[in-house]
Amino acid sequence: MGTRKKHRNVGVIGVGQTKHSSHREDVNQPEMVHEAVREALDDAGITLNDVDCIVHGNMELFEMIHQPDLWHALGTGAPGKSAFRLTTGGTTGATLFCAADNLVASGMYDVVMAIGFEKLQEGHTTGGITNMADPLWFRSLQTGALTGTCAYDVIQEFGEERAKKAAMIYRIIMDQHACLNPKAHRAFGLEFDQMDHLIRSSARLIGELKIIDMCSQSDGACAVILACEEKAKRAAQKPVWVRDHITVHREETFNILGYDQATEEEKTHKVAARELFKRNGITNPLEYFDVFEMYDPSSWWGLDWLRDFFQLEGDEHLRLVEDREISRTGKMPINPSGGVIASNPIGATALVRPAEAALQVRGNAGPHQIPRPVNHALASGFGGTMWTVLMMLEKELDWQEA
Amino acid sequence: MSRRVAICAVAQIRNEPDIWERRFQGMLLDCLEPILEGTGVTFDMDKGIRNVLTCSDDVFDARTISDNGMTDVVGAHYRGEEKIAQDALNGLGYAMACILSGHDDLILYMGHCKESQPESRNMCTNLAYDPFFCRPLGLDFLNVNALQARAYMAASGVTEAHLARVVARARAHAARNPFARENPRVTEEEVAASPLLADPLRELHVYPVTDWAFGMLLCCQERAHEFTDNPVWITGFGNSMDRYFVGDLDLTANLALKKAAERAYRMAGIRDPRAELDVVEINDACAHQLPMTAEGLGLVEAGRAGAWIQEGGPDRQHVNLSGGMLNGNPIMLGGAARAVEAVLQLRGEAGERQVPGARKALAHGSTGGAGQHQTVVILEK
Repeated sequence: MGTRKKHRNVGVIGVGQTKHSSHREDVNQPEMVHEAVREALDDAGITLNDVDCIVHGNMELFEMIHQPDLWHALGTGAPGKSAFRLTTGGTTGATLFCAADNLVASGMYDVVMAIGFEKLQEGHTTGGITNMADPLWFRSLQTGALTGTCAYDVIQEFGEERAKKAAMIYRIIMDQHACLNPKAHRAFGLEFDQMDHLIRSSARLIGELKIIDMCSQSDGACAVILACEEKAKRAAQKPVWVRDHITVHREETFNILGYDQATEEEKTHKVAARELFKRNGITNPLEYFDVFEMYDPSSWWGLDWLRDFFQLEGDEHLRLVEDREISRTGKMPINPSGGVIASNPIGATALVRPAEAALQVRGNAGPHQIPRPVNHALASGFGGTMWTVLMMLEKELDWQEA
Repeated sequence: MSRRVAICAVAQIRNEPDIWERRFQGMLLDCLEPILEGTGVTFDMDKGIRNVLTCSDDVFDARTISDNGMTDVVGAHYRGEEKIAQDALNGLGYAMACILSGHDDLILYMGHCKESQPESRNMCTNLAYDPFFCRPLGLDFLNVNALQARAYMAASGVTEAHLARVVARARAHAARNPFARENPRVTEEEVAASPLLADPLRELHVYPVTDWAFGMLLCCQERAHEFTDNPVWITGFGNSMDRYFVGDLDLTANLALKKAAERAYRMAGIRDPRAELDVVEINDACAHQLPMTAEGLGLVEAGRAGAWIQEGGPDRQHVNLSGGMLNGNPIMLGGAARAVEAVLQLRGEAGERQVPGARKALAHGSTGGAGQHQTVVILEK
């Protein structure tokens, strides 16, 4: 969890991503990773010689590669450099971003490249995720990352018709964003007049979680280069500053499956956001932030979590979605990249979030750029048994210490 | 801003061949409790542990997100938790970054591995090789280490007799370490006669399958006194990756090790490691890696390692008085075991193995076949 870092400023100076897709049979893993590395280096206008340290991560059991950073050294450029490998499940990419920030802020390294990847086509994603559960107690219950509980909760609280409509509006807005992002994996071209049909016809995965609601399984990689203030200011692009980040995990046991009100516990997203905003003096996050790149594994989770992240009450989050204020041109643009429902190479997914947020702040994200100035960005990672990483990015180094 | 990072406490269980009766959560609890009791540290949200690092491996645990199973035990409830997925010694470097960045005051660092769980550790490490070229060849960490051993023996003049001596010495030292895996003492003749695993490595040249867990409490300089009056300081850290394909590697050149050592020595201000280091702990998964690593660290002149072994150099320079990885630590944790031993030495708590007046120690870790990734940490009293 930690506190605000104070040693020295760190900026994002380079961002690289592959085009995310269901099959990258034309490249092997190091080749795919190298595409992102190459793009990030070109973006920053530096070469591998300028990079001090590589931070690498993904989940071993998705592709059944033990210590893949060893093989990937062919594509990451790590030989001769300092190199770390950190993994935390779905949050891995965000952990890599925070780790790179810590490594630079500590003064131990000036330029650090974080690399997340996954080639889910080469393994069995749901089998891999199911394998996280305790073999004695929970494995026979777990169904990968597929859970209908969130849809059930939202429906219980707001009624079936309103809940399903809101979730589908969320889904269609994400798809419209994905259609503008050339790197997005799935972009269907969904229209709002298809809403009722999609709600009725999409196949059920579990309960009211339908196949249209759920994130993809993707092949893809992402690389983000972070540098100390002095070097960041000399980079080709205007740096985007990492203001703060917070990690909130919780215990293994899936008591999120329980509905015992007496033992209800706060959601990690809510706790993380509250702590982060408090220590940075953010009293109205909805006003403060200009974009939020959220790790939204399904439209139900995306919809529900808006309330936790923005500290909203009652049905405020539903209204935000119903009024389409979460679109690229709305009051609080969510995932102009199309988000995780569009593209989900798991080890990279949570790194794509701050990467895309940084592009939006820089103002050159491409066709999906938000059409007004973006000064303050929020990005989140999600994984494990409801784990949260939350990151804040800024255009200028002018924030007040809380 | 903290200028130095302190190790305030270390805890470990004994290295065992097969801890079948305990789950890894129980092994970790046995390490966490002495740290809490010994330091008085709490999980208070303002003043206590708010960030936890862990080290474990998905393949050896047969669990995706292997750290997920540890979060209960290490107290990572509503707190940060991040997993080091390489030799655990790298976690000291990352913990250092967390603290020196100003982001954290305290880091609880815990790791586990039950190497006894998989049918075959060689099947697991075979998975580290790419599925196209190297995996079908049957490469794993054992036979890549064997290729390195053969190349090193040819280049350095270190012979099978020298390796036998390294193994017999490791067992003799381990017998004085209450945390070491309990192994029979062996003679040099028994080492030389043990079954060949991968030429030239014999069974006794290679560390045995082992289960183990450890814990550490790390803290910024300003607050270390709250938890101990006998802190050990991390003053140097360096790591480096080498090339992947065995054919691209210079197997005996110690390229990554020399870079890692150079970085750690520079940070700690060490100019003459041979003179300045009182205690050295080397991650010797195979017998030849003790002399080879000693060369790479600058403790012995290249080409002189055979004579160094013969003339008692390792004892004189206090190298692996713990028994080393060779006596038995699990994969991933070899480097952490080295650091834990170095901390005990610097605190004056190494019992019969104690080096009187030890003030500066080196811990070495390596990941991968032929040590593709190398890590060096300097610790000081």
